[in-house]
Amino acid sequence: MIPGAQRDAQLRILVLSGGISHERDISLKSGRRVADALTDAGAHVILREPDENLFDNIAQDQPDVIWPTLHGASGEDGALREILALTGVPFVGATADGARLAWDKSIAKVLVARAGIQTPQSITLPKDTFRELDAEGVLNQVSKHMAFPVVVKPARSGSAQGVTIVDEAAHLSRAMIDAYVYCDVAIIEKYVAGTELAVTVINEGAGPIALPAVEIEPTSGKFGYDERVVAGETNYYVPARLDQSVLEKAAKLAIQVHEELGMRHLSRVDLIVDENGVPWFLETNIAPGLTETSLTPQSIAATGASLPQVYLSLAEAAKLGRG
Amino acid sequence: MSNEPQRGNNFDHWLDSYAARANTLSVSEVRALFAVVSRPEVVSLAGGMPYVAALPRELLEASFENMMSERGNFALQYGGGQGDLRLRDQIREVMALEGIHASVEDIVITTGSQQGLDLLGGLFLDAGDVVLAESPSYVGALGIFRHYEAHVEHLHTDEAGLDPDALEASIKQLRGEGRRIKFLYLVPNFGNPSGVTLTEERRHRIVEICRREHILILEDNPYGLLYFNEAPPVAMRSYEEDCVIYLGSFSKILAPGLRVGYVLAPPAIRDKLVLANESALLSPSTFTQMLISEYLEKSDWKGQIDTFRGVYRERRDAALGAMQEYLPHLQTTRPDGGFYLWVTLPEGIDSKAMLPLAVTELVAYTPGTAFFANGGGRENLRISFCYPTPENINLGIKRLATVINRQTELLETFGAI
Repeated sequence: MIPGAQRDAQLRILVLSGGISHERDISLKSGRRVADALTDAGAHVILREPDENLFDNIAQDQPDVIWPTLHGASGEDGALREILALTGVPFVGATADGARLAWDKSIAKVLVARAGIQTPQSITLPKDTFRELDAEGVLNQVSKHMAFPVVVKPARSGSAQGVTIVDEAAHLSRAMIDAYVYCDVAIIEKYVAGTELAVTVINEGAGPIALPAVEIEPTSGKFGYDERVVAGETNYYVPARLDQSVLEKAAKLAIQVHEELGMRHLSRVDLIVDENGVPWFLETNIAPGLTETSLTPQSIAATGASLPQVYLSLAEAAKLGRG
Repeated sequence: MSNEPQRGNNFDHWLDSYAARANTLSVSEVRALFAVVSRPEVVSLAGGMPYVAALPRELLEASFENMMSERGNFALQYGGGQGDLRLRDQIREVMALEGIHASVEDIVITTGSQQGLDLLGGLFLDAGDVVLAESPSYVGALGIFRHYEAHVEHLHTDEAGLDPDALEASIKQLRGEGRRIKFLYLVPNFGNPSGVTLTEERRHRIVEICRREHILILEDNPYGLLYFNEAPPVAMRSYEEDCVIYLGSFSKILAPGLRVGYVLAPPAIRDKLVLANESALLSPSTFTQMLISEYLEKSDWKGQIDTFRGVYRERRDAALGAMQEYLPHLQTTRPDGGFYLWVTLPEGIDSKAMLPLAVTELVAYTPGTAFFANGGGRENLRISFCYPTPENINLGIKRLATVINRQTELLETFGAI
């Protein structure tokens, strides 16, 4: 809560969840969890799906704040936030512009790199490049330019879908195909070996703060879609098992990224810490999962803070135009 | 803030407390789709949901009224572990349509035939035991076999069903390796997901092989009465009583929400099934058993099955017509009953990876990988034609064609096909 701010008797909050994407189920769960927590905190909560009645519902519900918890393109590419901005009702999380920039990993990488943040070297290639030029020739050039292993991923996609770690040039073609299934633009990124961290950044109105980093240790060595949804495939540690000085560097990086990309009240920055203790930016999650087993609520819990109170503070900050 | 780092699986603090077999539970590929397909914009060719709207509501309402007025106190009470005697007697009439003649004593009512399969898994399967199955095989059965830590060996299956030669060869090889084979699991009529029906000649050969080799056949037959032209060959259980355990269900010929299935087993096995059922549930739902019993007693249930056949025949025709119109180059099975088409994709296309793209195009299907225990099936997908209207089936397959053609173009760009 903003220091000195007066807490409303009962904030009216419209939580949006669902959408049409393969992450719909996670979004519905996130929405219900957020709605429950906000209700526990004393807010009047309406939980809805954004559909053809969205504007009518907003007019009828008259929320003070809207909290979009949609994942995937339908919630994170900026379109929904653009629409919400038109209604004039404040909403939690990134601005439409911020979401649009962060949703496209290739653009986010350029922006954070310009701000002096380390991110692995990469090449961004639209699918059409391979169609217009000789695909084999392009792949040969890429292979000469990039040292293997590399990570191939769709520029716009969530949950690590379409992501492949490629050890040798011979497998690059298949990895490109798998990435283009999800998006017409793919990134070929230098693989950085190290410890994967997820750092949630929140801003309750008094400035962004980084929550304890979650360390992700896939038992298979890879944190892909299956590892994210199949129980037993990943071990998590919070706080992460790294030196405090390294964690501070990671927290600083996450806050920098959060501000640079206009994430406002909430974001989760995924990064990797190399063997020298240097954190590298990988991507930002505009609408991080908020289910009971998601990383962000676990980070909040690790601070000892009350989840309902933190969520309510974020909603209040949004209402007051802070963050 | 805690000073001690937590270790957890999805932050589960009870990670170290689970039984080892809990690790065999995994998210079904179909389940993740349920949330998406509930949106009206999405045409779901994914789930095998019976079209219960074709069941006149007044039929069940009348059954409910009769049951409550005549046997209400019994319907709301605990029942026996073997199931309601009157319903078991009526099930004999249902099974007679498949050529089976059996004693009410050998029938055990279960909570859907899925629970029957689970009871059988618990009774027979030790870790490492082998279950022989078709290629592809029913996803729900594979989940049970996995849970009991059995190894599923998929056998060659073609348009005539499971290949008896492959069965013989596999038994020989597995026994040579010292493996213990417990079951041959089959959906012989309009299989899920293949839509394929096992021929009569092969049924006899398979029974002969399994009898000789002392292997139990689990004959899972939820779709046998839903034929479109000719009835399939009679059930294997009709001519082999000792080595066939037959599973039936009211989910497809009445309604899956009632959760009533049944198992017909040799007497000694039946005894153990009853004990296992009592141990697991005390008794299956008396309420839904008596409701079904009333329905079978008073309604034209055979006429209703005819109605279902007509509905699904029309939808099968719509699905095959749309495949011919939009995806004529793809190979698909042509089922004469049941709910499913099994489609083979152009080489290099991964049905599991393609699914999110299909969802964004507002169509859903089930990836072939769901129906294999060994990672197979990436080049296949299952289309369920049972639930959407014929118009929506056409629209869904048209959308699917857009997705597949885009994938084909991508593969061509990279010279992958």
